Amino acid sequence: MTTLPTTSTPRDLDQLGRTKSVAARVLRERLIVGTLAIAACFSILVTSTIIAVLAQETWGFFQFPNVTLGDFFGGTEWNPLLGAEKHFGIWPLVSGTLLVTVIAATFALPIGLVCAIYLSEYSSTRVRATLKPALEILAGVPTVVYGFFALTIITPVLQKVSPAFGSYNAMAAGLATGIMILPIVCSMSEDSLRAVPRSLRDGALALGGTKFDVSVKVVVPAALSGIVAAFLLAISRAIGETMIVALAAGGIAQITANPTAEVQTMTAYMVQIFLGDAPAVGVEYKSSYAVASVLFVMTFAITMIGQYILRRFREEYD
Amino acid sequence: MATPRSTASRIFSNRAFLLICLMATNIAMIVLAVLLISIFWQGWGTLSWKFITSFASRKPSEAGILAPLMGSVWVCAICGLVALPLGIGTAIFLEEFAKRTRFTRIIQTNIMNLAGVPSIVYGILGLTAFARMFGAFGTTSEDAMNFGDSESLLFLRIPFGSTVLAGGLTLMLVILPVVIISTQEALRSVPSSLRSGAFALGATRWQTVWAITLPAAIPGIMTGAILSMSRAIGESAPLLVIGGLLLVFNTPQNLMSDFAILPLQIYNWAGRPQDSFHALAASAIIVQLAVLLVFNGFAVFVRQKLQKPLQ
Repeated sequence: MTTLPTTSTPRDLDQLGRTKSVAARVLRERLIVGTLAIAACFSILVTSTIIAVLAQETWGFFQFPNVTLGDFFGGTEWNPLLGAEKHFGIWPLVSGTLLVTVIAATFALPIGLVCAIYLSEYSSTRVRATLKPALEILAGVPTVVYGFFALTIITPVLQKVSPAFGSYNAMAAGLATGIMILPIVCSMSEDSLRAVPRSLRDGALALGGTKFDVSVKVVVPAALSGIVAAFLLAISRAIGETMIVALAAGGIAQITANPTAEVQTMTAYMVQIFLGDAPAVGVEYKSSYAVASVLFVMTFAITMIGQYILRRFREEYD
Repeated sequence: MATPRSTASRIFSNRAFLLICLMATNIAMIVLAVLLISIFWQGWGTLSWKFITSFASRKPSEAGILAPLMGSVWVCAICGLVALPLGIGTAIFLEEFAKRTRFTRIIQTNIMNLAGVPSIVYGILGLTAFARMFGAFGTTSEDAMNFGDSESLLFLRIPFGSTVLAGGLTLMLVILPVVIISTQEALRSVPSSLRSGAFALGATRWQTVWAITLPAAIPGIMTGAILSMSRAIGESAPLLVIGGLLLVFNTPQNLMSDFAILPLQIYNWAGRPQDSFHALAASAIIVQLAVLLVFNGFAVFVRQKLQKPLQ
């Protein structure tokens, strides 16, 4: 406690010893609270501006003659840049995004959860002391580095395994995205596993459960809401991931479930447009805002579901 | 758990699961090792002092990262100068002042949602709000209003255009939720007995925050701040939306300079087919990871040296 400032503050002196009326102190208090409240309102401003900008530009996109709402949400062809006739059907981009996300989730969710169980229930302090920093480093690596890794290491290795893999493919991008979300899954799941009180474990052990029974049948169900929230956050990160797919997934928008194929995701399309493949006023350019709206709504919905699950299904033990 | 199982099979599943655990953790470690080794192996050869101190070039042997490196420093400095006060202020308001009303709950939910918004969407917001200012000042660069001499440090132009100021403010939007959430956690970890003590001595709420709560929470706040800055350094998608891939041949002079940043330079080189550019990308990644390691090391240092038990 000795580190905290212990200067006593008499009623009419401030910390620097200047005399001050109570009125001035109240005024200062109000000013400070007002400033802080404005800072807090900034976050609301950010959200409403995002929604307003996306809504306005998306509206502008649908004003173009060859664009209709039905085509956008029902169409299965996306070729705004090539060919005589332009098609704006969002599904090829959504399918590309989902393919990469499913590959990433299939890789990262099980491994991340098992890692979390190991860290929380099994590992010694010494193992934890090396594993945690390693995961923190993985979490801090910029995503463009994972993209480079996918392009120069993962893809050549995949091509050695099977010649079906092209130099751009969904598998490499998906695996790299999986590596990216692994630390999120692991550390968030571990947090919720560790929040389960010791008494539950002791009770299960006392009933004759093995360590496996205790971890998998008692602790994991008790922490399930936190684990599901971690999964959802990781999935929404994978959906919004940009640099990895822009480097490694390729640029052909197509509906496919084939991991060896080249796919274009929503984010990769936006990168293509903003890197200047289209004039800033044309329908192609505006289409990137419509794609951004779909992306925003998808990730926003997933985040909301995650928050709801956390609030609604959280087990309180205290 | 319906049918009782033999002890042998339970012991077996126990062992098998431990094996699976070890395999999963080993996969994580092996991936990290392969990542680091492959990047060092590709990039160590072209990494030199000359590489760090030269400008971009079409010839791989003469290219360097001085402009993107300095661009990253400028953009992150602006980002930190705005995001840290704003984020810490918001967190203090929510944790120490605001009553638990509907309004504060909306702000809290909103911040969690902002943390989940893809960074490229922030790029679109930054492009519209900062670079173009909603088109309120015209859409061509001739319409822009200039303040001051274009060579001086204080030169300002409205709208900002694709400049370090617009880039820094956009990055600020990306890391703001991270700063708020980590600061809130740091403030929450300060025991309430400390606050009660200050109130009992007659301190006002702000006096309590300034003299008691903040000093106690500073290590946690700093750790969070450093980690969010290290996220800002690696973030590239929002800045790609604002500035594209610029070839910049000078370091930023003022807030209105064009910028290149290190992750985008890596993206640029990594996207080219030639192996010689891939080597340059790997070298730039080594520099990037070195900067990151310094930041993380500093955060660990702060956490271990400054954090004192408060109970």
